[in-house]
Amino acid sequence: MTALWSALERLPWSIAIREGSYLFPTIETVHVLAITLLVGTITIVDLRLLGLTDSGKSLRALSAQILPFTWGSFCVATISGALMFASRATVYAGTAPFQAKMGVLLAAGANMLLFQVILFRDVAQWDRLAPPPRAKLAGALSLGFWIAVVVLGRWTGFVMS
Amino acid sequence: MALDFVAPLATWLAATPLSALIGEVAWIVPAVQSLHILAISVVVAGVFLIDLRLLGAFGESDGIAAYTRRYLPWVWWALAVLLVTGAIMIVSEPVRALRNTTFVVKMVLIVVAVTLTGATQRPLKADPDFWRDHKTRARALALASLTVWVAVIACGRWIAYTQDPGA
Repeated sequence: MTALWSALERLPWSIAIREGSYLFPTIETVHVLAITLLVGTITIVDLRLLGLTDSGKSLRALSAQILPFTWGSFCVATISGALMFASRATVYAGTAPFQAKMGVLLAAGANMLLFQVILFRDVAQWDRLAPPPRAKLAGALSLGFWIAVVVLGRWTGFVMS
Repeated sequence: MALDFVAPLATWLAATPLSALIGEVAWIVPAVQSLHILAISVVVAGVFLIDLRLLGAFGESDGIAAYTRRYLPWVWWALAVLLVTGAIMIVSEPVRALRNTTFVVKMVLIVVAVTLTGATQRPLKADPDFWRDHKTRARALALASLTVWVAVIACGRWIAYTQDPGA
């Protein structure tokens, strides 16, 4: 793996991000904007799944409106994050909060996939009602995972600087 | 350029026991920064959805007043959290913030952004359909709000990169 990370670091754009004065903070700003939109939008759906908010909208209508922004900002956050990672891949890969962040991201992704594939199968039956326990569990897990991702991300930046 | 009249304040704040405490306990700053980012998430999502609705992106099935009722209470509470967590960060490193042009620009932009979001909410109390009947102004307001809020967040990130070398 170490060979892969150091190869990544030697790519021309990795060098440019590492050595330029403005590229890294610019990419970081895009990353923060994407991650705040991601976390803010998924929180709206999570709170609805937990039954803590009632927007007067069905869960399906709310998800159809909100989740495209969650996925869109997830893509932007992933690309900007990958660029920052590539600029110092060997250091990030060996940093504990960064490793933990990647682990929690996988868990959050798995939860989201399970949510869309399994939970939504019979959503028509409880679309406008109080969500069943498994929906509440998915909402609570998602909320917890994404808060952890933000904390671990900030922590990574803190130990790297 | 730094605001020189705040220099004594920054120096005084840096000498307070509270500032020393926050500096000594290593996890306080990243914990407060994390809370700050989480609160920004609430503001970003709320403002983004309201402004997209003002721009006409979601159709007319839900009125604009439904969006401000749904999201603005969260936005105002999150702003209170941002004020508190932001203040803790200033106390922890007063010189880093107060003697920094980007920080001053950010504070001015926050006032503008809050004013724009407040201006979106205000006419809806008397007339929930106000923005439906004033579409051009609604669009201009939404574009201005989105731009200024994005600039606020960008400034927040750049404070760390624009330190006054003389500070």
